Amino acid sequence: MVAIIDYGVGNLFSLRCSLEKLGADVVVTGDRKIIANADRVILPGVGAFRDARQKLRDTGLDTLVCDLAAKGKPILGICLGMQLLFEKSYEFGEYDGLGLLKGSVRPLRGVIPADYKIPQIGWNALRFRKESDLFRYIKNGDYVYFVHSFYAADCDDSLIADCEYGADVTAVVQKGNVYGCQFHQEKSGDVGLAILRAFCFEEAAV
Amino acid sequence: MITKRIIPCLDVKNGRVVKGVNFEGLSDVSSPVELAKYYSACGADELVFYDITASAEGRRLFSDILTETAKEVFIPLTVGGGINTLDDFDRVLKCGADKVSVNSGAIKNPQLIEDAAKRYGSQCVVLSADVKRVDGVFRVFAKGGRENTGMEAIEWIRSGVQRGAGEIVLNSIDTDGVKGGFDLEMLARVCEVVDVPVIASGGAGCIDDFITLFQTLPQVDAGLAASIFHFGEVKIRDLKQAMAAHGIPARL
Repeated sequence: MVAIIDYGVGNLFSLRCSLEKLGADVVVTGDRKIIANADRVILPGVGAFRDARQKLRDTGLDTLVCDLAAKGKPILGICLGMQLLFEKSYEFGEYDGLGLLKGSVRPLRGVIPADYKIPQIGWNALRFRKESDLFRYIKNGDYVYFVHSFYAADCDDSLIADCEYGADVTAVVQKGNVYGCQFHQEKSGDVGLAILRAFCFEEAAV
Repeated sequence: MITKRIIPCLDVKNGRVVKGVNFEGLSDVSSPVELAKYYSACGADELVFYDITASAEGRRLFSDILTETAKEVFIPLTVGGGINTLDDFDRVLKCGADKVSVNSGAIKNPQLIEDAAKRYGSQCVVLSADVKRVDGVFRVFAKGGRENTGMEAIEWIRSGVQRGAGEIVLNSIDTDGVKGGFDLEMLARVCEVVDVPVIASGGAGCIDDFITLFQTLPQVDAGLAASIFHFGEVKIRDLKQAMAAHGIPARL
């Protein structure tokens, strides 16, 4: 069973539908027990880092996610959910993240040339930097859909794919059982679904 | 490298696509869900659903259609038409829309842009403007392009971005339906004053019109059209291939 953590941030309808489309047994929940018992956990999120971090803290789900990560449970952060995995964010202030991955979240502004629009909205090509089981069903150069104004920096440790947007912009990270994607798999057509499939199922089961 | 987006727009009335279409392998040509799946499979980068229903019953049908589409189609979905309040935003976002396009609703109440951007984020708020030259001045038209608001368009769009709109759809009434190409002059003026993505709409008649658009105005992020896609005059796959052949970044 795959648990999508519902902590009151963003709309999880499409994400749930995309997993159901893949035939995954999926539940959207904020219930600690259900999340703890899931085989895989997805941490979604859109909006402001500070608010999302606060909501995770208020619900106590932040420590649960960290505990599960330490126990080796596969965890996938999507968009803001990925950014929350890092140590710090400099989005309108300075905030601590979950610290599961080394690095910090910083604004694209100032890093990319002035004629690049912010947010980055649209389809961009993935450039694989390391091998990962997440890439089982996709190939280098496949396009995925981004919407973001901040990005993960100083994360060489976990970086497995980036994209070109006036600079090398972090797209996918992985450290052991902890995964993150800056883009929206549930809005990235067949490529997005293929990444979710790789996360949700053992190779043999497909 | 980020690609230029190609966006088909579907007008939906009482749960059905308005303009008649006839594609091979498409069982129900006026089913928004079927058509959305078809376009997604053809390589559309995004879809716009435009609700032109006035009745409450039609609105309910539209919500059902959206939900059904979001279950089957996994590319970004923008919804417009009859968006006047935050409740309207809420209704379509819950049904699976990713972005909401405001037009007349924002003209009546510009604060709507600000309120929606605060609640859902700028990336969710698309300002759509119907613009026409009147005595040499770009004017904003409301109510589906029927009513001259008297507002100067470039300033209206600039202020909309300042209020929090994260994307602009610029529909030129002057070129719309003419099939003689996008309104490059109007688009250039808008690109000068905003730093958010600009989507060109109105005037595309053939593949070359898109090539000209992206080559002349590299600042434009996307091209939107309806009938030329619906009638099969331009096939999205052919269009994408032509873009790539001309060195315009396209998702193939």
